Amino acid sequence: MKAVSPFRHLEEGDVLVRVVFEGSEYRLRKGGNLAAELLAAGIVAIRKTVVSAAPRNPYCMMGACHDCLVSIDGVTRQACMVEVQEDMTVSMPPQRENGNA
Amino acid sequence: MLEADLVILGAGAAGMAAARTAADNGLSVVLLDEQRQPGGQIYRNVGKAGAERLKLLGSDYAAGKPLVDALTHPAITHLATAIAWQIDVKSGIACSIDGRASRVVGRRYLLATGAIERPMPLPGWTLPGVMTAGAAQILLKQSAIVCTDAVLVGSGPLLYLVAAQMARAGSPPLAIVETQTRRDLLAAMRHGLGALRGWRYLAKGIVLLSEVRRAGIKRHVAATDIAIDGKEMAEAVSFTAGGKQYRIECSTVLLHHGVVPNNSAARSVGILHEWNRRQRCFVSRRDEWGRTNVAELFVAGDGSAIGGANAAVISGRLAALEIARELGVISLTERDRKAVSLNASLNCELAARPFLDRAYPPFAAAVLPADGTIICRCEEVTAGEIRRFAGLGCIGPNQAKAFSRAGMGPCQGRYCGLAVTELLAHANRLTQDETGYYRIRPPLKPVTLGELAAIADDTSN
Repeated sequence: MKAVSPFRHLEEGDVLVRVVFEGSEYRLRKGGNLAAELLAAGIVAIRKTVVSAAPRNPYCMMGACHDCLVSIDGVTRQACMVEVQEDMTVSMPPQRENGNA
Repeated sequence: MLEADLVILGAGAAGMAAARTAADNGLSVVLLDEQRQPGGQIYRNVGKAGAERLKLLGSDYAAGKPLVDALTHPAITHLATAIAWQIDVKSGIACSIDGRASRVVGRRYLLATGAIERPMPLPGWTLPGVMTAGAAQILLKQSAIVCTDAVLVGSGPLLYLVAAQMARAGSPPLAIVETQTRRDLLAAMRHGLGALRGWRYLAKGIVLLSEVRRAGIKRHVAATDIAIDGKEMAEAVSFTAGGKQYRIECSTVLLHHGVVPNNSAARSVGILHEWNRRQRCFVSRRDEWGRTNVAELFVAGDGSAIGGANAAVISGRLAALEIARELGVISLTERDRKAVSLNASLNCELAARPFLDRAYPPFAAAVLPADGTIICRCEEVTAGEIRRFAGLGCIGPNQAKAFSRAGMGPCQGRYCGLAVTELLAHANRLTQDETGYYRIRPPLKPVTLGELAAIADDTSN
């Protein structure tokens, strides 16, 4: 499941914790930025669009574009605004209620 | 509910500087920010970055550390991870921290919401693997993560900085595909004399360019016909330059052609905006202290008009001084005395802007994209659809929004608004001011019903 990531960590890792994304287990850096750590883990589609189910990945990393929306324990949030915590269950947001506020 | 003399939205360069100046002059300050650490985007995470990261990112980044340190002051309350979703001069700023909503009420408000990357709609720009150049910098600043096979695309000195930082990290970009032309540079020379007062910026640019050259990074200039190829993710950038066609395989494409004010919050409270031709974006109408048409509301920094981090610091301090005067803690004379040196440095900081804006204009084909290009990332609306609605008599972005859903997705128009204005203005032969912009309404960020309900309790207390 884990693709080779085009992103590379420059500094030694802190504590790695278990995070489930779309049913697969990953070891991500605890307290790291969730969107960044998923990119570094080789995730190539963090969500699919509501309109055409096109794959998307984080675009702006600063909380503006909302392209990194994920569902974390059932709540839709921006992955770039969330810290990695142990045993987080992350999935693509549900197709119909994709944070259309 | 929290109260303060001054409530500042945004802990970037302008907001941090304003907070300290206000506190030094006797005001109580609440500084609200979405991120965990103060710094905004330009100084993102600077307070936590270690020596190695500071060295890699350079001295302009490290310059943000004193601003962060200066927030340690008894009169400053910094509220981190606060997502502001409604701004109202009377009832305060409604925000959520960890899903808990509350209000922050001030006697004055300063919006220091910073810049976002100018949207760069190109064929393929929604593919995974395409990010803003700013996003690549944020990955470096926040997480010490570097893209290993990226191509930088667009125009502006930031591309050279990002390329140099990536090279220092041991992963130089495969190429920089630049859209500005020799003609742009010649036209910019007209501003040469003015720019001399801002010579530090030009000198920095030259140093960065030589670093890019030494790192062996290939530059293609005056590129046109740029597209990002790929099915499920970015696979290559194709373009024409110097009469030749190129295709560079890569897994990351970093886009940048300038930054524009992130003015959603300001628009939501009715602050007036006007088109700035040189910056090619809307800037807020304000006086030299950042005072707006809305009583008790001030703006500062790049969220108001693009001037860069140092100018943002100064504009934040100027606004804080005027607010201190309005609230009666300093006299007019004192305000003016303190503003003298600030205004002198502001002039220097802004001197190079006309040159830079002219030398690195936005990429024309991304300002008015081809019909098939998606302009609204959220609702996947194309430029062609917007043109079609213009043909049906659609004059302004709010009509286009109702017709197409462009601007109705979760980003609320942040990354399509300017494109819609430009497309409609061009199609209808109107100015950007006549065409206008989306009417921005709260909530500024998606908010749950539970948070809305909680805020009612908070208000009644």
